[in-house]
Amino acid sequence: MELFLKIGLAAVLLMLVWRLYPAAKEQMKNGPKGSSDDWKGLILPAVLLIGFVMLLIMMVRS
Amino acid sequence: MNQNITMPRSQDQVLATNKVLKNTYMLLSATLLFSALMAVVSIYLQMPPMVYLGAVIGSMLLGMFVLPRFANSTSGIGVIFLITGLLGFGLGAIITQYLALPKGPEIIGIAFAGTGIIFLSLSAYVLTSRRDFSFMGGFLFAGLITVVIAMVANIFLAIPALSLALSAAIILLMSGLILFDTSRIINGGETNYLMATYSLYLSIFNIFISLLQILGIMGDD
Repeated sequence: MELFLKIGLAAVLLMLVWRLYPAAKEQMKNGPKGSSDDWKGLILPAVLLIGFVMLLIMMVRS
Repeated sequence: MNQNITMPRSQDQVLATNKVLKNTYMLLSATLLFSALMAVVSIYLQMPPMVYLGAVIGSMLLGMFVLPRFANSTSGIGVIFLITGLLGFGLGAIITQYLALPKGPEIIGIAFAGTGIIFLSLSAYVLTSRRDFSFMGGFLFAGLITVVIAMVANIFLAIPALSLALSAAIILLMSGLILFDTSRIINGGETNYLMATYSLYLSIFNIFISLLQILGIMGDD
């Protein structure tokens, strides 16, 4: 039963990839491109996010 | 040159945007509450873990094939509640497993609080800065496709290190999607509050599940 569910989940996830692919292609081709400043602006939130998850891990381990 | 400068908009456009934002957050709150209720029912009924797989399959099929058809009608609200209720019920089966662990209740509490803080902080960041994050679209979609393909492989390979790496990648991607979706709402790129709610709900759900997994693995001595 569990194997059938795993196969079903894999099939649905592949279907999701099939549905996402045209949107991804369109976004990469014609979507707005960020400047280097735009991407640099993401560094701080990303670092804070990673630091926060590390903090949560430390809380669980202590 | 910065291509993502927000253009001045008319009062009507601003009002329409605020309405979408308000409706999205109201529906999101209602679906999260309903989802939590369904999770409690599932915990009470002691559902086995495979219920989670069934719930994810059912909700993904509904999200891909049914929701888009009803996204512009009031019936769409029922579909959203069906999807989120199903996911909540599946989540209850996972939470039941965690509750049996020595640090289970603590892990669940920390993952829950962590998910709330991540979502509220990222939303507040976009709403106060009013920045346009639409430039992240290509990167996020490509990242999602890569992660989903790796997930399919790991369903059968079941490599713990890959599970951990995928959970970390999902948290980063879903956080990026919260920035992307919220900025689309406030900049008028998303006008359908049902689809906006669905997208934000999935980001929150995936962050919670991934945090549970990371904390469950890393918290184990």
